[in-house]
Amino acid sequence: MSKRVLSGLHFMQGNVACAEGAITAGCRFFAGYPITPASEIAERMARRLPEVGGTCAQMEDEISSIAAVVGASWTGTKALTATSGPGISLMMENIGYAIATETPCVIVNVQRGAPSTGTPSLPLQGDVLQARRGSHGEYEVIALAPSSPQEMFDLSIEAFNLAEKFRTPVFILADAFVGHMREEVLIPDPSKISIVERKIPASGMNFSEYKSCLDEDIAPMPIFGHGFKSHVTASTHDSFGKRNVTDPEALDYYIKCLNNKIRKHKEEIISVDSEVDGSEVVLISYGTTYRAVREVQKRLRQDKINIGSFRLISLWPFPEKKIEDLARKVKIIIMLENNLGQLVPYVKAAAKGEAEVVFLPPRMLGTLHSPDAIVKKVKEVIP
Amino acid sequence: MKMVHPLEKYIRPGFLSTTSCSGCGNGIIAQSILRAIDELKIKMDDFVFASGIGCAAWIPSPSFYADVLHTTHGRPVAFATGVKLSNPQLKVMIISGDGDLMAIGGNHFIHAARRNIDLTVVCTNNGIYGMTGGQVAPTTPFGAETATTPYGNLERPFDLCRLAEAAGAVYVARWTTYHARQLTQSVKKAIQKKGFSFVEVISQCPVHFGRRTGAGDAAAMMRGYKKNSVGIKKVKKLKENELEGKIVVGEFVDREEPELCEEIAKMRQRIK
Repeated sequence: MSKRVLSGLHFMQGNVACAEGAITAGCRFFAGYPITPASEIAERMARRLPEVGGTCAQMEDEISSIAAVVGASWTGTKALTATSGPGISLMMENIGYAIATETPCVIVNVQRGAPSTGTPSLPLQGDVLQARRGSHGEYEVIALAPSSPQEMFDLSIEAFNLAEKFRTPVFILADAFVGHMREEVLIPDPSKISIVERKIPASGMNFSEYKSCLDEDIAPMPIFGHGFKSHVTASTHDSFGKRNVTDPEALDYYIKCLNNKIRKHKEEIISVDSEVDGSEVVLISYGTTYRAVREVQKRLRQDKINIGSFRLISLWPFPEKKIEDLARKVKIIIMLENNLGQLVPYVKAAAKGEAEVVFLPPRMLGTLHSPDAIVKKVKEVIP
Repeated sequence: MKMVHPLEKYIRPGFLSTTSCSGCGNGIIAQSILRAIDELKIKMDDFVFASGIGCAAWIPSPSFYADVLHTTHGRPVAFATGVKLSNPQLKVMIISGDGDLMAIGGNHFIHAARRNIDLTVVCTNNGIYGMTGGQVAPTTPFGAETATTPYGNLERPFDLCRLAEAAGAVYVARWTTYHARQLTQSVKKAIQKKGFSFVEVISQCPVHFGRRTGAGDAAAMMRGYKKNSVGIKKVKKLKENELEGKIVVGEFVDREEPELCEEIAKMRQRIK
């Protein structure tokens, strides 16, 4: 069996599947710091990376973990870190650095409950907006939300592919449910998995004479050790990577380039799973809140109620257009989130009043939605 | 005939001006580092220079004509750790200041030393936060008046070399900007040393340290370094009160310990 890709059917924990997805995607560097409920990713990487020629480092904190990941990425290595809320909070400045320097990497947030120390072992989709806006400045991010151990594997690969393609950090917003859950995970044959590699400038090219740093949507990455003499700075810089921290013109150009490279390619990045044929009510879910939806659809079908499902696989960039189209087709949107409604304002804004948006958290935060509660809500709101 | 500085080939074309104030020690330190590289005949393309935030971080960034990673405040050692671990062939040097490396970045520094990863750290120690306007640093002498200690500094300063030694660095040296030649030799040794090496350079910030503490202009500060420096070998002969206000210079540590990247390579072989 190839040590790189463990093709076959496994009974696997979500966090382990996430690590395996990363290795399958070509990740060869991990840096992290122990934290519940994400530690199993570090443990798996510590065992697996040396087998495939990679390196796993347990750093002194999460700040240095993301820093090391960015450093590794600049040597041309695909790099991963995994943590939970407190760790993400510490990482935020250097996540901004990764965005500003257009450094591909993947950051897994196995979300836990409540602000600060909170409840380490219970899940909450509490960091959805933090992923979007947690670092300072003006920027765009990509975030994916897995709903099963299988998707912890699949979206781990997808996250690396997006990171490489768009030269940007990509979040995997998992939670303690899906991280610790054990389910069937199918790891396909490597020939059936598509892997994206970042663009690198032609060897021997003098990067200081090569105008591309900001002039292409996604410029090739002049990785270290190839004679590119790269100057990597998170200060506002021009197309040559040269610092310019005095001109508003330079700032304007730089910020717009960073943001537009995601905005212009939104349709390519956004991934939703939509089954809405003629139903008047649709359930919007993401991550683990999706797990109750299929059961709800099955039960309501028995009552001859057709209910739609619209699941966000990518959370950021936000699929405004797709939700607007959805709102035109249905009467009522029920938004399922395991929090107090972080994405509800985004859904409402996107729906533009075309459909009523109703928010439904689980009965108790930190638990999965019970299908009964969703069925009850659907019957209450159904026109 | 066009006059060209012998080290100009190491400077990024178009970046000949400096951001340093006149009298700053950064130029001497930059020269010592580049001379060391020149004398060792190591290609600049084999290096990655990492720096943080602060005046000293601008020594390699953007001027050094090599791969340069100008990181966030306090974190260059952590970024450099990722660079070195994922490509151990690269020579990785961190050039930053005392505030960056030892206050906000102190934890990364001691842990990198503990790991004994093959990094070279050159710390410009001017005893103050220069870029932000002369605030107290963890290296500011006791009693010194700064922008944030108007009644005198009530905290004891770090002895950076003793810190590095205790944390596990395998090569530790201290010089001042007055000791440019000795500094060059120590940087050479630090680059060649397998493991975590640390070179502290006591450096003048006439604009903030000199002006606020009364140490004077650049020349006066450097005369002070000359007068007050004591070689490490002479220290044992002096009484404690004779050492007051002195700068102990020289090589503090030069030892052999297992280096992290080599240990990782061995481990990979072992588990094959």
